[in-house]
Amino acid sequence: MATTERSAYRQMEDSITMDARLERFGTVDGGEHELLTVNLGPHHPATHGVLRLLVTLQGEVVIDLRPIIGYVHTGIEKTAEQKSYWKAIPVVERMDYLAYMFNATAYCGAVESLLDLEVPKRGQYLRVIHMELNRIMSHLVWLGTSALDLGAMSMFWFCFRERERILDLFEQSTGQRMHTRYIQVGGVMEDIPRGFEEKLREFIAIMPKRVGQYRDMLYKNEIALQRLKGICPLDEESLLALGVTGPLLRAAGNPWDLRKADPYCSYEDFDFKIPVGTEGDNWDRLAVRLAEMEQSVRIIEQALDGLPEGPHITEDRKIALPPRHELGTSMEALIHHFKLVTEGFRVPPGEHYYPIESPRGELGCFVRADGSSKPARVHMRDPSFVNLQATAPMTRGTYIADLIATLAMLDPVLGGIDR
Amino acid sequence: MDVIRSKPGVFPGIVEAPSQQDLKIEQRRARDFLKGDLAGQELEEYVESRLLTTTLSKAGAWAASNALFPATFGLACCAIEMMSIVASRVDIARFGFEAFRASPRQADIMILSGRVSIKMAPVVRRVYDQMLEPKWAIAMGACSSSMGVFNNYAIVPADKFMPVDIHVPGCPPRPEALAHGILKLRKMIQDDPDLGWRARYDAEKTAELMPGYELSEELTTPPSEPYVLDEPVAATPTEGEGA
Ligand code: SF4
Repeated sequence: MATTERSAYRQMEDSITMDARLERFGTVDGGEHELLTVNLGPHHPATHGVLRLLVTLQGEVVIDLRPIIGYVHTGIEKTAEQKSYWKAIPVVERMDYLAYMFNATAYCGAVESLLDLEVPKRGQYLRVIHMELNRIMSHLVWLGTSALDLGAMSMFWFCFRERERILDLFEQSTGQRMHTRYIQVGGVMEDIPRGFEEKLREFIAIMPKRVGQYRDMLYKNEIALQRLKGICPLDEESLLALGVTGPLLRAAGNPWDLRKADPYCSYEDFDFKIPVGTEGDNWDRLAVRLAEMEQSVRIIEQALDGLPEGPHITEDRKIALPPRHELGTSMEALIHHFKLVTEGFRVPPGEHYYPIESPRGELGCFVRADGSSKPARVHMRDPSFVNLQATAPMTRGTYIADLIATLAMLDPVLGGIDR
Repeated sequence: MDVIRSKPGVFPGIVEAPSQQDLKIEQRRARDFLKGDLAGQELEEYVESRLLTTTLSKAGAWAASNALFPATFGLACCAIEMMSIVASRVDIARFGFEAFRASPRQADIMILSGRVSIKMAPVVRRVYDQMLEPKWAIAMGACSSSMGVFNNYAIVPADKFMPVDIHVPGCPPRPEALAHGILKLRKMIQDDPDLGWRARYDAEKTAELMPGYELSEELTTPPSEPYVLDEPVAATPTEGEGA
């Protein structure tokens, strides 16, 4: 056989062209200028993962572009259906790999709503502390890699220095640097250990200064200014029409933040501001995220000061594992432990959508329960996936170098897009 | 007096020639070592031909192992930890490893950092094929070694489609673990730069060479002891066998 058979999917893949969409551009300049379609990715250092873009260029100007995704499709949603509720947390966590605390919180929040379960105050505060640390960490990785795309190497070292501090904190309280599986259904896995608070206080004392240093490095930098100011803006209406949320929307002036709009995990207890931009250009996207880091530090500080006493996870033994010392003395605890570890808890039938504000926008988890101990369906509304749609409207008519900068400022995480 | 000369023009001036005294000692050692297998003139020639080549390849391997150029290739979560080995804490530049290259043509090591989906596998393979010889690969994380926590229809372990020299366990591995893997690879390269995967995978013809160069004999001749990847599966009896 001379040719190998290609699957229907492959054929569909290969048949993707820009022709139909480009017909309307066919007569640009009376057909004098030739259009060139360039493939960018999936292995390209500036695509922040394995994103593939088909870009049509006229000279250096982007006429149209089309993202092709699916290169890290992991089947996470399907795998979650085959695991009991508490065993699905680790797989769900690995979707958007820079926001693992958020993934877990969205999922656990949905399950808790289905169970009609109250999370103790201390558990909620600990969740907030860890989520906000995670938000800073995610923004740091974004800032370092984006600056790298713009040609600024030293930003990367500084950002990763602070990131290591945060990961040290995570390691101390959860035992892992990434994918901590700290958030549990009903609360958090463990209380914070001794010494954590001092280290965290050290960190929140230092972080605002660091953000100031980043500002000093970027705000007076001629190259950064020229690459970002006034580049690729998109107005609020178009963003809303596309469903874009998060820092991108806030950069365009819309103060939509689920932490304020629909508070969860006791966010209503904290006093913080929502940074917004005015132009909606790349510069605002940068400025909003930098300001968000400072606000996160404020939230952590308040949560740490007001950390209530009490249990960190629900006392309901049918949901959460009994503490270790009870296993030696109580028969009941042993039975609960056995039931939880082998089968897991059952969730009454129903469905729930639980949205939270991740570093990239609205991250929602939809869970449908059928009464068994495994979810019937787990679906994530990932902000990166929705935000990626805005790439084409943002970059049409700009230079290809600006496309790279805009893609960096979009901050897509491919693990979240493809799942 | 007994004078030992390397073959003229083989490796002129690359390695500093060992002193006469050293050579004599080496020669004597080799002679003891080979006692019984070779004798007389043959032994002389054998020892003479070996001495300099080993020294040179050793020097080459030492140089190569201390200046690895990894390809910039991030797949998923592990890529973030891979980035942090370059950052200030682990600072892999201490081992000459920090020059990440965007083009596979300039890279000689590939770190598979993360999960490889079925859609991505051909791309990964293609990038790997574009790298020039000699090349090595590290599979970082549970996913690219064994499909990790997912273990489902979408993921394919790296061993299924390309040769991997080092597996680093973890989900994700700490940067220190990856650095450890890199040091192990460095040791492996210093000991045996070839690592023999072409012979193992029956892939001698796939080497990419500059025009006008020939494959070295080492690569084209199969090893005397074939490396068995899997125990040969016993042929299942077909229905027609009995008839
Ligand atoms: S091994 Fe773990 S951290 Fe690495 S890619 Fe797989 S899921 Fe992500």
